[in-house]
Amino acid sequence: MALLELDRVGARYGPVQALHDVSLTVREGEVVAVLGANGAGKTTTLRAISGIVSRSGTIELEGKAVKGGPEAAAKSGIAHVPEGRGTFVDLTVTENLKLGAYTRRDRSVKADITRIAEYFPWMVERGAQRAGTLSGGEQQMLALGRALMSRPRLLLLDEPSLGLAPLIVREFFRIVRELNEKEGLTVLVVEQDARIALKASERAYVLEVGRVALTGTSDELRGDESIRKSYLGY
Amino acid sequence: MVVAAFSDFMQQIVSGLASGGIYALLALALVIIHRSTGVINFSQGEMATLSTYIAWTLITNHGWSYWPAFVATLVISFGGGVGIHRVVIRPVERGSVLRIVIVTIGLLVAINGFVIWQWGGEPQQLQSPFGTDTYDVGGVVVAAHDIGTLAVALGIVFLLWLLFQFTKVGLALRAAAVNPEEARLTGVRVTWMLALGWGLAATLGAVAGMLTAPTVGLDPQMMQAVLIYAFAAAILGGIDSPLGAVVGGLILGVLLNMLSYLSQYGVFDWFTEELRLPAALLIILVVLLVRPTGLFGKPEVKRV
Repeated sequence: MALLELDRVGARYGPVQALHDVSLTVREGEVVAVLGANGAGKTTTLRAISGIVSRSGTIELEGKAVKGGPEAAAKSGIAHVPEGRGTFVDLTVTENLKLGAYTRRDRSVKADITRIAEYFPWMVERGAQRAGTLSGGEQQMLALGRALMSRPRLLLLDEPSLGLAPLIVREFFRIVRELNEKEGLTVLVVEQDARIALKASERAYVLEVGRVALTGTSDELRGDESIRKSYLGY
Repeated sequence: MVVAAFSDFMQQIVSGLASGGIYALLALALVIIHRSTGVINFSQGEMATLSTYIAWTLITNHGWSYWPAFVATLVISFGGGVGIHRVVIRPVERGSVLRIVIVTIGLLVAINGFVIWQWGGEPQQLQSPFGTDTYDVGGVVVAAHDIGTLAVALGIVFLLWLLFQFTKVGLALRAAAVNPEEARLTGVRVTWMLALGWGLAATLGAVAGMLTAPTVGLDPQMMQAVLIYAFAAAILGGIDSPLGAVVGGLILGVLLNMLSYLSQYGVFDWFTEELRLPAALLIILVVLLVRPTGLFGKPEVKRV
C-alpha cells in the first residue's frame, strides 16, 4: 500500500502555477527521488505535501487526506527538512533535537536523543553548542537528526546536497540509506544532484516545468544514457 | 559630610535599581514582542496603565487585598494580551511593519481614551504592597517599596527565564520567534506562540504598572515616560536580547539617578528632573548611531 499518494496535485504562488497535476506515490520503506532542473517544481512538490503552499488535488498519507498547514502535516507524521539546512541557529544542538520531538507527547524523548547519537555521536558531545556555530554539513546532519526526533512516518528532504562538499553529501546519503535499511525509514528526497540521488533511491520522478515528465526505477533511469543526457544533465 | 554623601549615594543606587527594575520589565515586554512580531509595541505603556487601573478597581471598589488583586490582574492582563494579538494584530501581521506599528499607535490612543472614559483623568492612589517603611542598613536609608520593587522585578525576570529556557512551550516560543516557517514544520503552532508572547508582554507590563503607580500616582499618562525609558533600556541592551533589556533597564535606572545625584553636588548642576526624559532619548540616539545592536545584541547573521 502506498504510504504517500499524490493525485493530480497542483500548487500556485499567487498567479504563477508552479505545479500541474503531479501524481506520485511513495510506498512504505522506499527511498524515492524527485529530480529536475531549477524551477521544475521539486521544492514546490514538498511544500505542497507539507501545506506550506496552497494546493489542489488530493494528498493522502496512509489513506488519510493531508489537510491544513505545516503544523498539521508535522502532527500526522511528516518530517520536512527544508532547503538550506533548516536548523534553528539561535538554539543549541540539544534544543534543536528536542524541538524535533515537539509533536510527541510520550516521555522517551531523551532515549531518542541517545538513539540518534548512534548515527551522529557528536550531537551529544556538543549538545550545548549553538547550531549557528556548526559547519554547513553539521547543520544539515542536525536538521536530519531533528527530523528523526519526531519519529516520522515519512521524511521529506529538500536539496540536502545544496552548498555542501561532495564528501559530506556522500556521508549524508549514506546515513539516509542506513536509516532506511535499519529502521525502515521512508524518504522522499528532492535533489538537483541526480547522480547521487539515483544511487540512494529505489525509484525516481523527473519533473519538468511543474509536471511529471517521466518516472521509473532509479536503475532504469541511470542506465538510460539518453534520459541521463536530456533530463538529468550528466 | 563624606559619610552623608556616601549614604546618599547608596540610596540613589538602590532607588535607581528599583526604577531600573521597572524599566527592565517593560523593556522585556518590548523585546518579547519585537522578537516575535518584529515591531515596537507603542501601546505597551497604555496596556500597563489599563492593567494597573484594573488592579486599583479590584482593590478600591471591590475590597480585594493587594496580592490577590495583583495575581488576578496578571491573569486578566495575560488574557487581554492574547486577545489583542488575536483580534487586532493578527489580521495585519502579514502586511508591512508600518501597518502593525500604526495599529499599535492606534491601540495606544484607544486604550488611553478608554482609561480616561472609564476612570477619569484624576490621579488615584494605589498603595504599595511593601508599605512606606524605610530601613536603615548601615547608615543607608532604603525604602521598603524600592527593595520590594527590585525583588519582584528580578523574581519575574527569573521566572520568565525558567519558562523560556527549561520548558517545552518556552522552546517553542523561541523557535517561533526566530524562525517561524521552520517552527511550523516541526509542528509548533506559531500564531498561538505569537499570541502567547503578547500575553506575556501584557503581563510584564501589568507588573511594571502596579510597581510604578505607588510612587508616581495612578493616572492615565502614568506609563508614557516609563515606556520611553523602557525603550531606551531595550535599545541599550539590544532590542532582541532579553538579557540586554534587563541589564539595560538597571543601568538606565542607576545612570539617571546618578545624574540627579551628581547635580546636587555641583557636578552636572544643569541636570534637572526635566532632563531625565531627554537623557533617555539621547541614549537611544547614541546607541543607534554607535552600536545599533546594543550591549548584548548580535549582529544579524546571514547565511551565504
